[in-house]
Amino acid sequence: MIPPQFDYHVPESLADASRLLLANPEAKLLAGGHSLIPMMRFRLAEPSALVDLRKIPGLAGIGEAEGCLRIGAMTRESELEKSELVQGRYPLLADTARVIGDPLVRNLATVGGNVAHADPGNDHPATMLAYRASFVGRSFPDRRSGTLLEQRHELPLQAEDRTIGADDFFTGPFSTCLKPGEILIEIRIPAPEAGSGGAYEKFERKVGDYAVAAVAVQLRLEGGRIAEAGVALTNVGLTPIRASAAEAALIGSDGGEAALDEAAGAAAAAAEPHEDHRGSVEYKRAVVRTLTFRAASRAVARAKEAPA
Amino acid sequence: MAKCRGLGHSVQRKEDARFIRGQGRYIDDIKLPGMLYLDITRSPYAHAKITKIHDETALAVPGVAAVITGKTLEAYNLAWMPTLMSDQQMVLPIDTVKYQAQEVAAVVATSRYAAADGAAALEVDYEPLPVVVDPHAALEPGATRVRDDKDSNHIFHWEHGDREATEAALAASDTVVEQAMHLPRIHVASIETCGCVASWNPVEGHLTLYLTTQAPHAIRTVVALVTAHLGLAEHRIRVISPDIGGGFGGKVPVYPGYVIATAASVVTGKPVKWIEDRSENLQADSFARDYHIKARLGSKGGKITALSLDTIADHGYSDAAANPSKFPAGLYHICTGSYDLSDAHVSVDGVYTNKPPGGIAYRCSFRVTEAVHAIERMVDLLARENGEDPADFRLRNFIRPDQFPYTSVLGWEYDSGDYGAALEKAMDMIGYRDLRAEQTEKRARGELMGIGISSFTEIVGAGPSKTFDILGIKMFDSSEIRIHPTGKAIARFGTKSQGQGHETTYAQIIAEELGIPPEDIQVEEGDTDTAPYGLGTYASRSTPTAGAAAAIASRKIRAKAKKIAAHLLEADEADLEWEQGRFFVKGSPDRGKTIQEIAFAAYTNHPQGLEAGLEATSYYDPPNLTFPFGSYVCAVDIDRGTGQVRIRRFVAVDDCGVRINPMIVEGQIHGGLAMGIAPALFEEISYDPDGNITGGNFVEYLVPTAMETPHWELGETVTPSPHHPIGAKGVGESATVGAPAAVVNAVVDALWHLGVRHMEIPMTPARVWSALNEHGAAATR
Repeated sequence: MIPPQFDYHVPESLADASRLLLANPEAKLLAGGHSLIPMMRFRLAEPSALVDLRKIPGLAGIGEAEGCLRIGAMTRESELEKSELVQGRYPLLADTARVIGDPLVRNLATVGGNVAHADPGNDHPATMLAYRASFVGRSFPDRRSGTLLEQRHELPLQAEDRTIGADDFFTGPFSTCLKPGEILIEIRIPAPEAGSGGAYEKFERKVGDYAVAAVAVQLRLEGGRIAEAGVALTNVGLTPIRASAAEAALIGSDGGEAALDEAAGAAAAAAEPHEDHRGSVEYKRAVVRTLTFRAASRAVARAKEAPA
Repeated sequence: MAKCRGLGHSVQRKEDARFIRGQGRYIDDIKLPGMLYLDITRSPYAHAKITKIHDETALAVPGVAAVITGKTLEAYNLAWMPTLMSDQQMVLPIDTVKYQAQEVAAVVATSRYAAADGAAALEVDYEPLPVVVDPHAALEPGATRVRDDKDSNHIFHWEHGDREATEAALAASDTVVEQAMHLPRIHVASIETCGCVASWNPVEGHLTLYLTTQAPHAIRTVVALVTAHLGLAEHRIRVISPDIGGGFGGKVPVYPGYVIATAASVVTGKPVKWIEDRSENLQADSFARDYHIKARLGSKGGKITALSLDTIADHGYSDAAANPSKFPAGLYHICTGSYDLSDAHVSVDGVYTNKPPGGIAYRCSFRVTEAVHAIERMVDLLARENGEDPADFRLRNFIRPDQFPYTSVLGWEYDSGDYGAALEKAMDMIGYRDLRAEQTEKRARGELMGIGISSFTEIVGAGPSKTFDILGIKMFDSSEIRIHPTGKAIARFGTKSQGQGHETTYAQIIAEELGIPPEDIQVEEGDTDTAPYGLGTYASRSTPTAGAAAAIASRKIRAKAKKIAAHLLEADEADLEWEQGRFFVKGSPDRGKTIQEIAFAAYTNHPQGLEAGLEATSYYDPPNLTFPFGSYVCAVDIDRGTGQVRIRRFVAVDDCGVRINPMIVEGQIHGGLAMGIAPALFEEISYDPDGNITGGNFVEYLVPTAMETPHWELGETVTPSPHHPIGAKGVGESATVGAPAAVVNAVVDALWHLGVRHMEIPMTPARVWSALNEHGAAATR
C-alpha cells in the first residue's frame, strides 16, 4: 500500500500543467485523487510524476450559460450534490452525484476526474452519455520550432479549446480521446427543455462500491409522447455504453410500462458485462433490465412533474 | 449503592478519553531511536518452487540495509515455527511456497518507503507447482500433496459422541432433515492490522517485543521456548501489547512477520518495525471458519431426537488454529445448542490446501459460530418439515429452565439458562405474529419478506484447568490489585483489551467489591514485566476468568481490610459489618471506617502481627464455562429485481447474566451484530482454481458500514451464572455467533414458498437473484 517514488508538481496555470504533461509522458494529472492514489498504492499505476491541478484558478464552478450547464472540471462532487441548480433542473445529475463513493470521497473527488479517469465503473460517464453532454479539452499547441521545454520561458502559448461529444470521448477502459497535453477543463450539459426528466439508478453491493450495474436515463415528453431519450449504462462493459436500442424503444412511446419493459430489455441486450464478484453475465444483464425500467419510470414521472 | 458506580452502571469508558482524542498508543505509534523498517515480498503463486532469490535487486534500492530469507533464518533454526495446534508453519520458505501471499523474503531498510520499494524490487524465480484449493479434492487419492513433510492432506480426524446411538436414533425418528452447508473463509479485518517493533539489545541480551497480541504472556513463553537454543530466556524477553485496534481472534496467533522482525533486529542490532498493510492482513493472516458441514437432525412426534454433523475443515497449508490444545475442533460440540436432545455425534476432518494457514476463532469461542449456524439452520428446517412455525417448534424443544444445570449429550454442563423467556421477549419486541400476518399479505401481492430466528447458546470463559490449556499452560487468568495509601488503586490483569473496555469494567468490579469509585482505579494490562501471568483476551473469557479474579482478589483485600478496621475501631472482627466502601460496628452504624481510611492505616497504622500494605492477587481457575444465550429475530425484505436483501428489523435479546456496564454490553452487542450480519450477507475470502485470492482487499472484501447495518433493537433477560463470583457471563461474541443464522433463516423463510430450502452464505444479491431466477420468481422491474 506504499506507492513507488514519483515527482510531484503543482503548476499554477493550465499552460504549465500541459507543458509538464508533455515533458513527462508517464505523468498523470491529479484532481481529487480518489481513484488514482489507491491505484498507486496498489502499484497498479506507477506514474513518474503527478501534476496537481488544485492551484490552477478557474477550474471549478457550476452555472448555466449559453444554453448549457457548465461544470468546471475541478468541481468537487459534494458541490454538485449540494447545488440547488443541479437539484432543481438536473435530477439525473443530482441522482448520480449522490451515489458516487461516500460523503468523504465526494468532498474531494472531482467531476472532471470521474469523467476523464474513464473507469467503466465510474458513474458520471453514463450520465453524460444520457445527457448528450460534451467536454471541453484545452491544449497549448506549439506552432514554432524547437521543443516545448526550450521555449518554456519565452512567449506564452496560445490556448486551443476543443469540444468533444460524450459519444466520442470514451475510447476504452481508462482511456479517452484526450491528446497528450490536452486537459479536460469543462463539462457542458444541454439545459433541459420543457417536459424533461431524468434519473440514475445504481445498484451497489455496499455504499462506496462500484456499481454492479447502473443506468442513466434522460428524456423529454412532448404532447404525452417521449420526444427525446438518452439511456446509458455503467460498469457493464469496457466503456460506458449508450443503449441506443433502448432509446429508440422509448422515443415515440407514451412512457407506459410496455414501452419501459421494451426499453429495459433492449438495454439489457446492449450490456456487455463480464463475470466477477458482483455477479454473472446473466445476473448483470438482469440488473440492467430492472434498473432501466426503474430509472425510466422515474424519469417519466419527473418529466411529467417538470414545469412545462 | 449508586455512589461508587459498581455493577449495573453505564459508566463512561475510561479509556475513551485517549481514544477519541487520537491519543491511543498503537504499535505504529512506537518509534525507537535508530529503528529500521521491514517489508515483506510475498508469493504470487499458490504453490511453487523457489529457484532463486536475487538479493542484489533489493539491495540496489537506496536505503535497503538487508534482505532476510529462509536461509538466513535457517542458520538460527528459525525457518519454521510451531503453531498452537502443534503443527509446523514456515517463517520464511527455504525452497517452496504453499499459498499465494506467503512470505518469501523480507527487506529491511532505513525508511518505510525504502523497505516497500526494496520488497517490490526483489526478484524471485519460481517454478509453479500443481495447486489444490478444494478440501474435498485434497482428500481424493492422488491429490496434489500440500505438505512435503506429511503423507497426505488429511490433518486430523476428531469425533465426539456416540455415532451408533445417533444413527439408531435418527433411524427411529419420524422426520429427518439433511443439509450440507459451507461457512466460508472470512477474516476479522480489524481496523488495526498486525505488526510489531522488535528491539534486541545485544549488550544486555534482552529482547523487547511490542506486539499486536491478545495474549502477551503466552506469546512470551512461546518465544522463550522456541528461542531457548539461542540462549534467550523468558526473563530476558519483554512483550508489550500496547493499545490494540481490534483483535477478534486474529491477534492470537504468532505470525511470521513477528519472528522475521525479531531476527532482523538481532541481525542488524537495531530495533525493527514491521506493520503489515491491509492487503497483507486480509491475504495472509489467519482466516476463520471454512467448515463444510453435512448435518442431519431428526425428530419424533415433534420432539428433536438426534443430531449428526460431519465436517471437513479447510485449514490451509498448516493447522494454525488457535484452540485450546485438547480441542482440535474447538468447542464445536456445543452444537446441540439450546435444545434438549438425547443423541448426537459430531466429526471433523482437518485438511491441508494451498491456502493461508489458520482456523482462528473470529469473535467466537472456538468454532461456536459454526456449531450455532448448523443447529439453528437445522432446527428451522426440521420445524418446517414438521409443518410447524419455527418459533413454536423451538419453544417446545428448548432445554427447560428446571433442567439446569443441564448436561448435554455431548458432555457440556450448561450452567444456567431460560431460553423460552428470551425467545418470547424477542418475539414480543418484534411483533412476531403481526409480522407473520404481514408476510402472508405480502406474499399474496408477490412481495418477498421473511422472518428469521436464531436461539443460540454460547460456551465461553475458557476454561477450567482440568480440560483447558494452551500448549500445557492452564487457562486460568489473573488479577493483581494494590490499594495505595490514599485509597486509590492500581489493578493489573493477565488479559489484554483490544477495545472491550477492560479499564472500565474491571474497575467497576473492584468498585462493587471494595467501594472504591472506578475513576480511582487504574487498570493496566499487556506488559509482561508488570502484569500477572494470564492467557489473554479472546473467546469471551476476560469477564469469566480475569473478571472473576478481580472479584476474588478484591475479597481478599476486603478480608484484610476488615482486620485493619477492627484494629482501628477497637472492635472484634466478628462485630463488624460491611456496606459498600465501609466497615462499621454492628448496631452502631456511626462507628465505622471507610475503605480509604483503612487503606491509609494499612501503611501508617497497621495492626501488630499483620503485614503492612493492602494488596492481593488471584489466579482464577473457573469451575466451569459460562453459557450466555439469546434469541435474535430479524425481518428482511428481498428485492425481486436485484436479489438484494434488506434487514428491516433486527431484535436481539441477550442474556449474559449480570451486566457489569450495560452501555459497554450494548456496544459489544452492536458491534457483534454488525460482524454477524457481515458473513451472512457480505464477507467471503475466496480463491480461484489456481489458488489466487479473489477477495483480498476492501474493494472485494465487503465489510458492512453504518449504511448497511440496520437499527439494532436490544433486549435483555438476566440469568446469573451460578458459579461466577458476580454472576456474569462473557458477552463479547454472542452477537457474532448468533446473528448469521437469524439472517439466513429469514431469507430462506422469505423464499420458502418458492421451494427454496437453503441459502449458502454470503447471501449476495447475485446469489439470492439466482435462487429467485431458478424458482421463476425474479422480477424485471
